Amino acid sequence: MTDATFGATPAGHTVEGIRADYMAQVQRRRLYGGLTLMIFVILMVSGFTVADSRNAGGFWDGLNQLGDYPGEVLAEAWANRANLPALIVRFLPALIETVNIAAVSTLVGAGAGLVLSLLSTRGLARWPRLTPLFRRLMDIMRAMPEIVIALVLIFVLGGGPVPAMIAIAIHTAGALGKMYSEVAENADLKPVEGLTSTGATWAQKMWLGVLPQVAPNYISYSLLRFEINIRASAILGFVGAGGLGYELRNSMSWGLGRFDEAAAIFLLLFGTIVLFDQVSSRYRNRLTEGHAK
Amino acid sequence: MSTAELSQMKSDADALFRRKRIFAFALPALVLAYFVYIFFAFDIPGLIKRANWDNAVTLASDSWSYKTHVTRDNRTGETDVVIEGERKGAYPEGQRPDWVTGDDIITVDLGGDTFVRLLPDRRTEIDIPGFGMIEAQANGRQITSNLPADIPDWINASDRRVAITLPEGRVAITGSKTEVFNYFPGWELFWFTFDSPYYGHGLTEIVFGPRIDPARANIVGAVSDWWNNPMWLHKNVVWAIGETILMAFLGTMGAALVALPLAFMAARRFAPVMIIRAASRRLFDFLRGVDALIWTVVLSRAFGPGPLTGALAILITDTGTFGKIFSEALENVDAKQIEGVASTGAKPLQRYRFGVIPQVVPILLAQILYFLESNTRSATIIGAITGGGIGLLLTQAIQTQKDWEEVVYYIILIVGVVMAMDSFSGWLRGKLIGRKD
Repeated sequence: MTDATFGATPAGHTVEGIRADYMAQVQRRRLYGGLTLMIFVILMVSGFTVADSRNAGGFWDGLNQLGDYPGEVLAEAWANRANLPALIVRFLPALIETVNIAAVSTLVGAGAGLVLSLLSTRGLARWPRLTPLFRRLMDIMRAMPEIVIALVLIFVLGGGPVPAMIAIAIHTAGALGKMYSEVAENADLKPVEGLTSTGATWAQKMWLGVLPQVAPNYISYSLLRFEINIRASAILGFVGAGGLGYELRNSMSWGLGRFDEAAAIFLLLFGTIVLFDQVSSRYRNRLTEGHAK
Repeated sequence: MSTAELSQMKSDADALFRRKRIFAFALPALVLAYFVYIFFAFDIPGLIKRANWDNAVTLASDSWSYKTHVTRDNRTGETDVVIEGERKGAYPEGQRPDWVTGDDIITVDLGGDTFVRLLPDRRTEIDIPGFGMIEAQANGRQITSNLPADIPDWINASDRRVAITLPEGRVAITGSKTEVFNYFPGWELFWFTFDSPYYGHGLTEIVFGPRIDPARANIVGAVSDWWNNPMWLHKNVVWAIGETILMAFLGTMGAALVALPLAFMAARRFAPVMIIRAASRRLFDFLRGVDALIWTVVLSRAFGPGPLTGALAILITDTGTFGKIFSEALENVDAKQIEGVASTGAKPLQRYRFGVIPQVVPILLAQILYFLESNTRSATIIGAITGGGIGLLLTQAIQTQKDWEEVVYYIILIVGVVMAMDSFSGWLRGKLIGRKD
């Protein structure tokens, strides 16, 4: 095909012109890509240098010692392997507490998130003018790291599972509220209209008109949150909120000679996380794809 | 349709309804039962009894106010006025707030017609409207006062110590010293401490007014004095925030860089050898299953406390998560595009570069940016455990159990940073892969 086909074309539309434009564009894109890459590399390298210099131990020294601690733990756990089953039984209540914290905070957080999400979804909100307020509220709840609330509550309520539960529940409500409201935005409004025509209250409309549509997604998100919350509740235990994390800190702060306990806790935590990951991902697949594979 | 079929359908429908009804009642009942169990398992009644509500009141009132101590040393007779009882917050010689007056008799006006007079010879008078004059005399370690035997519950008196708590302020008298605490709203000395020449000057005065410190330009001096504020330590706080963001950035990006090649090894389409695939998948499961908490504990033993440890802990945990997500994205790649590239005679590496990468990049970027935000939060928590970043400052401020205004300051900063990261990553996501949300 020649340019004669197009008749009288402007200079830029000849094949040469197009090619030149294209090459220029490619070059510009390469330049931008190269610059972005360069900035990224500079950020990574300088960031690493700064982090390394502000760390108590250096990176390369640490790398050599990396295996020391796990090695000691494993060696001691292996030496005392006869104790391991007894230790696991001993720490089982702590494990149950950790899982309970996660479960309660997921339930409470999901309930609060549900209400918040419906209140802040366009078209469904009870008070449409207040949707920005509820959205902001969810943003703040979501941005609040669990540890902040947990530490403050530990100061007031004392150590134990409840501060952790409240802290995780608040964050969960914010995080789930956002995801829920994204789902609810796509909900079909016809059932709601139908219910409105029968004179249903707002709560009835939501319960009967919206929830049946969004429930599978909501439950799937909640299960994912539950996985995340198990990890969070273990971490919060470490700062004094009970459960496995607390036991782990105790067994570590005893110093040498308690590594078999640490190993038992590592094992329990690892097993729990993997177990719940597997179970929840199976159910999530079933919920979102309709049937089990 | 025969009658038999009809009645069969009806009974089926009835059974379904019955099942649904049972379910609708059983599920809430189950949740309720679980909550009852939790109520006792978490010992909520005991917790309410043990909770220290005074702490909550201190926290709530201290977070938006500050107290100024007027302290008379009962041995030397010297009086000083100090903000928050910290040496760095002491009023300099010859300078006093206007509610402290007098030389031999120092009168402290707590407001609301309540006066405390610090008299010579270790005597103290407290004039409380509606109650009368309380006189106290310190003798060695003994306190004698004119308090009646029957005192209200806002006064706590023994022969060693008299403490009076009023809405206007607090007075504590012991043998060694007499202390008056006066409360004011706000965060005093947030900008400048007393030793800075800019203390007490407004913003417009500093920016537009005449030079306050002859040695320095106003803005330069003010910024440097604020930056080096010894009470609020803005420099350390900014560094700590920077460390936290650095942990999140290094951890997230490092994890993405490590996970990408590994993800190719775990995706069925690109790794035909079963063993490699299974091995890399188990590796991801292992990295994710050993939680960030355990990685943090293990790494801090090797690398010591600091931001690098936190970054590495995030890196390792997220390598597992990213590996899983990336490999799933790679499995779902459209084969037609790769075939098209292959038909031009492209070698395997070129096929990946032009056939696969353009398809997965938007998904990967969206995930990476999402994790960047969520890791800023994790970095706060990990910092509290390993000892780095704003998480460390926060735990220290809470554990010392004073200066709650600093705790509130840190909390506001943390929430602000996380929200800023959230909107930044959302903005970047929109820029890089086109607006979708």
